[in-house]
Amino acid sequence: MRLYVAGTAPNSLRALANVRSICEAHYAFAHQLEVVDMLTDPVRAMADGIIVTPTLLKLSPPPTARVIGNLSDTAQVLFALK
Amino acid sequence: MKIGGAPMRKKSVVACEKIATGIQGFDEISHGGLPRSRTTLVMGGPGCGKTVFALQSLVNGAHHTSDAALFVAFEESTTQIISNAAAFGWDLATLTSTNKMFFLDAQLSPEVVKAGEFDLVGMLAMLGAKAKELHATRIVFDGIDVLLGLLDDPVAERREIYRIRDWLAKTGLTGLLTQKVGGVDDQHYNYLQFMVDCVVILGHTVVDGSAFRNLRIVKYRGSSFSGDEFPISLSTEGLQLTHRGPNELQYAVTTERVSTGIARLDHMLQGGYYRGSNVLVSGAPGSAKSTLAGLFAAAACERGEPTLYISFDEGAAQIGRNLRSVGIDLARHEKSGVLKIFSTRTRGPNIEDQFRDLRAKVRAHQPRCMVIDPLSALSMKVAHLASADAVQQFLDFVKTSEITVLNTSLMDGLNVDEATATGISTIADTWIHLSYVAQDGERNRALTIIKSRGTGHSNQVRELTLSDSGVTLTDVFVAQGRVLMGVARWECEQEEQAASERVFVATERKRLLLQLAQDEAIARIQVVKTEMEARSAELAVLALASSQASKHHVIDRAVLRKMRYADDEVAAIDRSDDVAVTIAAKRARRTRRL
Repeated sequence: MRLYVAGTAPNSLRALANVRSICEAHYAFAHQLEVVDMLTDPVRAMADGIIVTPTLLKLSPPPTARVIGNLSDTAQVLFALK
Repeated sequence: MKIGGAPMRKKSVVACEKIATGIQGFDEISHGGLPRSRTTLVMGGPGCGKTVFALQSLVNGAHHTSDAALFVAFEESTTQIISNAAAFGWDLATLTSTNKMFFLDAQLSPEVVKAGEFDLVGMLAMLGAKAKELHATRIVFDGIDVLLGLLDDPVAERREIYRIRDWLAKTGLTGLLTQKVGGVDDQHYNYLQFMVDCVVILGHTVVDGSAFRNLRIVKYRGSSFSGDEFPISLSTEGLQLTHRGPNELQYAVTTERVSTGIARLDHMLQGGYYRGSNVLVSGAPGSAKSTLAGLFAAAACERGEPTLYISFDEGAAQIGRNLRSVGIDLARHEKSGVLKIFSTRTRGPNIEDQFRDLRAKVRAHQPRCMVIDPLSALSMKVAHLASADAVQQFLDFVKTSEITVLNTSLMDGLNVDEATATGISTIADTWIHLSYVAQDGERNRALTIIKSRGTGHSNQVRELTLSDSGVTLTDVFVAQGRVLMGVARWECEQEEQAASERVFVATERKRLLLQLAQDEAIARIQVVKTEMEARSAELAVLALASSQASKHHVIDRAVLRKMRYADDEVAAIDRSDDVAVTIAAKRARRTRRL
């Protein structure tokens, strides 16, 4: 999984916290999370077609999924990552 | 804006800096273009040309001032936008490859799951990096409402708009947001209008089945602007304002005359139409308006002047054939390239587009003389202010180009209201009206000059006669208070000629009789005179004879007395008549000797 954030913007911080707690609760150790800061690495974000922050990409296992928002809606996040 | 602090106050008095859009007419009504480093909102319903407006200003910037720009597409894919723009002749692919433009596909795919609130911080950071890389000065957020709608929270929406606005101010980019209106949530984005510095609304109205596009600047902070609704047209050249032009009318005037194509009409107008004037030929159907137009065009071509013949609802071939029937050959001039005939449908594209096309034709052919046949076809299309406006603007354009134009206008009778409805009659410098006079079972064409600015003109009605040898004007015949035309006129003319011949013969006869009498009198005088001379000669002879006779008598008496020696009277005779006595004595002596 890859999470795109925008520095210390409130939504980004919240998303980071949310994704960590969700992963710990539901996937324990069976996950890898990479955090990319768009403020420092905009080129990479552009390559991935990221528009809004925060955006969570599920890269594997397929199919890939994309979740936007601060991930406060746990049900939606789990639905997307399933 | 913060108040206080000397530098701040100083900055506030600096007039709003603007960047030109290069969109024809827009920079004039906005007094310079879009506000630099600020946000402009372009609103409009579907198909109003919001994207075109935004894209066009970027393309123009790239071409004219070499300004690089970013385009963020929320609604359409960038490949779609680039291929659509090709229709306008904008080569966005080249601009992209030369780093003059950057397109960000910001469409959110339907598979994206929304889980909580999000913001544009990351995107703006990304765009900021890209803008720096390209040295971009302009940015468009196309269809911003699509993304904001996903937030589903008015407060969050506002926050993001403010974020964009502040970001633009910080980066110095000039921003354009486009947004749809007219949907169910029309009111929903009203706040946007209050947040931005400049609001442009693109409209699309339909009147009597004809579409009118327009543009209006609703607000412009820190600048004056024209707040009217301006008609616009969308064409292959992009969006343009077919605006009214400068308020002050300025065009060169000349006293040069242009032939009408009919010698007698030239004479009625004291030499023809003025060069660069606007001629209106009005009349009922079939009253030879087109013929008059054809004559004018043919005369112009004959002089070698480029001429444009714009015809509505009648093909070029048909015009050629019809005019040939009255001896006007336009085909020859068309072949030589002097004449261009452009036929179009009245009910074609929208009226602004139509006039834009006509303008393009005028610019391409550069005519000196022009015919619009009939102009009323356009103005009758819609009884709408915008159409009258469009006609007026076009004629204004023609006039400032110093083109002599002849418009025909269909009208039954002399309905002035109809003419003024389109404003044509006020623009027309010369107005010729053709009417029918129905009389004695026939209809004849009558020509009247209603007005002709700046020139004297005949107030006489003339009859217009068409034949295969050409067009002529004839004086009408006025008899017993009636105006006669056609056969009635011909008959009357014949009758008048016969009558005048009769009068001539009678007069001649009388003159001859009088002459004869005169001659007789003179002859008689001669006879009398001769008689008188004869008589007076006779008289003279007689007088001489009688005086001699009396003298002889006296002498004879004296001689007699002498012979008788009568002395009482002799002395007297000797004293008074010595000579006579001598003569008488001599005679007596001679007599005696004999």
